[in-house]
Amino acid sequence: MADVLKKVPVREQAPKVRAANFEEVCLGYNKEEAMEEAARCINCKNAKCMQGCPVSINIPAFIHEVKEGNFEEAYRIISQSSALPAICGRVCPQESQCEGKCIRGIKGEPISIGKLERFVADWARENGIKPSAPAEKNGHKVAVIGSGPSGLTCAGDLAKLGYDVTIFEALHEAGGVLVYGIPEFRLPKNKVVAAEVENVKALGVKIETNVIIGKSTTIDELMDEEGFEAVFIGSGAGLPMFMGIPGENANGVFSANEYLTRNNLMKAFDENYDTPIARGKKVAVVGGGNVAMDAARTALRLGAEVHIVYRRSEAELPARVEEVHHAKEEGVIFDLLTNPTEILVDENDAVKGMRCIRMELGEPDASGRRRPVAIPGSEFELELDTVIMSLGTSPNPLISSTTIGLDTNRRKCIIADETTGQTSKEGVFAGGDAVTGAATVILAMGAGKAAAKGIHEFLSKR
Amino acid sequence: MYLIKKAEKLTGPIYLMDVEAPRIAKHCLPGQFIIAKIDEKGERIPLTICDYDREAGTITIVFQIIGASTERMSKLQAGDSFRDFVGPLGKPSELCTDDLEEVKKKKILFVAGGVGTAPVYPQVKWLHEHGIDADVIVGAKTKDLIILEEKMKAVAGNLYITTDDGSYGRSGMVTKVIEDLVNEEGKSYDLCVSIGPMIMMKFCCLTTKKLGIPTIVSMNPIMVDGTGMCGACRLTVGDEVKFACVDGPEFDGHLINFDEAMKRQQMYRTAEGRALLKLREGDTHHGGCGNCGGDE
Repeated sequence: MADVLKKVPVREQAPKVRAANFEEVCLGYNKEEAMEEAARCINCKNAKCMQGCPVSINIPAFIHEVKEGNFEEAYRIISQSSALPAICGRVCPQESQCEGKCIRGIKGEPISIGKLERFVADWARENGIKPSAPAEKNGHKVAVIGSGPSGLTCAGDLAKLGYDVTIFEALHEAGGVLVYGIPEFRLPKNKVVAAEVENVKALGVKIETNVIIGKSTTIDELMDEEGFEAVFIGSGAGLPMFMGIPGENANGVFSANEYLTRNNLMKAFDENYDTPIARGKKVAVVGGGNVAMDAARTALRLGAEVHIVYRRSEAELPARVEEVHHAKEEGVIFDLLTNPTEILVDENDAVKGMRCIRMELGEPDASGRRRPVAIPGSEFELELDTVIMSLGTSPNPLISSTTIGLDTNRRKCIIADETTGQTSKEGVFAGGDAVTGAATVILAMGAGKAAAKGIHEFLSKR
Repeated sequence: MYLIKKAEKLTGPIYLMDVEAPRIAKHCLPGQFIIAKIDEKGERIPLTICDYDREAGTITIVFQIIGASTERMSKLQAGDSFRDFVGPLGKPSELCTDDLEEVKKKKILFVAGGVGTAPVYPQVKWLHEHGIDADVIVGAKTKDLIILEEKMKAVAGNLYITTDDGSYGRSGMVTKVIEDLVNEEGKSYDLCVSIGPMIMMKFCCLTTKKLGIPTIVSMNPIMVDGTGMCGACRLTVGDEVKFACVDGPEFDGHLINFDEAMKRQQMYRTAEGRALLKLREGDTHHGGCGNCGGDE
């Protein structure tokens, strides 16, 4: 019998092997492993894990069913709260949410809730179990803008309530950041994302791709001419930031968004697809978030030596510990307390290196983290052919600038009520990164869920 | 799927298509572009809108074969479809959104180069329909590469055609025609709109700057999504970095850093060349030609 204080270990591809392919890193639990892990759950009456879940999944109940081997029932319980369990089981920061609150975690390792959720969702998919469309439609039309985590969740919840929901997606595939941002090796596109999108469609949700709200049509037209009674904006935070240092427009400098979009959405890693990508030999990724880890591990798989260049120390890395751990295992080099000052270019304006300066940590700043301060005279040069800027993103102004009466704050985020998603414009709701700025998949799902409730209340009162 | 209603070879490597895309046709204005994708594996190809029919719900595009994707696109026939067709992207030409009375006061010169004639056409047509006749210079390397001559003639004030080799119309570059018109033929212009290859727009801007004519150019850098997400299309305009897809594609030509833009446009040139050769020659191409970089 395994140590009850420890998680049942999850199988992964070996670091050396996976660093050269785009297959999923984590292989997940099998039946026996899942049931063994579920048996560690002590089924708390006052389940703290649920309080840590932004979409309030009944965690003890589904784990109990896993323990008993009733996987279909476990799936049904999760589906009541989440439309995207195979995705959440893979990309949620469980360590700071459900697992972070787990009582087992006080004196040992918490229950591996994320891996169990993933197991249940994968089992359901492999066994052809799908959510079914509600028998009765209520005849009310709702438009959802964006098919990322918040949009899919909001649409799924509204469809379950009988609404006639259409999602409008600007890109040519549904999924938003799940498709263009998060790489295949963390979140398989066909197997997992497309399957969960199909599940949302199975609830009766229609998805129209290639429609850019603010360009192809507007929110006002959707409401006045196409008969939509309410609109949810889940358009995400898609605009990349750059540093503003010399040489940043050189060939070989990419935003993480561009690099990841070429690779994930356009599948540039696969020779059968037409879109090219720069397969650098020596790549620096500037930034320390999850997106930076994704870009670094992608570049590694495309054959490069990869450096993460981050101006603070390891303790301040905003990325999940698991992502940093995986990146290190695969061979990504961390140049911490290092800040770029200039991109160096050759005679053809192509990247040949990056001038950096060493940093040290000073007094805490407004965010509570110790402020990085440059060490005078510590400049040095890194020889590189590719630089990927992963400094965060901001919301796209396309919708706010074309919708009359929709208020935004100074960061261009749409202003929306936290509990209902209601914006300054009647009948228009918003949530996810478009409201909060860049955050996580599960927080966006939580906002989509709250807005679905808000929209239902709004339309029920009319 | 987006049905191709008409597909026509205009000349040499240049093709025209009418594509069914009612949402775009309803909302677009001259100066904007679309992104087309042939099939699942295709690239997203940005193309400036050449014409639109709001009633029929169609968009007209004109393109030249420059790589594997445009070569594949040229094989599509009426009755075939694009898997994806999205737009209208970018901002419309300011001529179509500024106060019409102010625009009417201006004497406008369009300078079109090669396949750039296509995006010039809807602007000239729009002005014509609003009672403004603009002069148009159309330049191409040789007679066979002149497109849309009859259509342009019907909507332009004066149409001046020039070929680099003198095989048709006037002889010489468009810049020479601009100088001749202003310096020799007594013309004066308050605004120039120049659309064509970047190198042509660059020299056009150098000429108009010398002549003191404010000039708008339409930039066509490498793009992926076309909605501001990737930043591949960034340009230096004055001392600011702009994204062509959302801030443009039209900019003050006298402020554009063309040298940087041209280098950025070359970023995947060898990759494009390799892809085109692979498409044409299949596995028989093993590099060694010294042109495409396939032997690197």
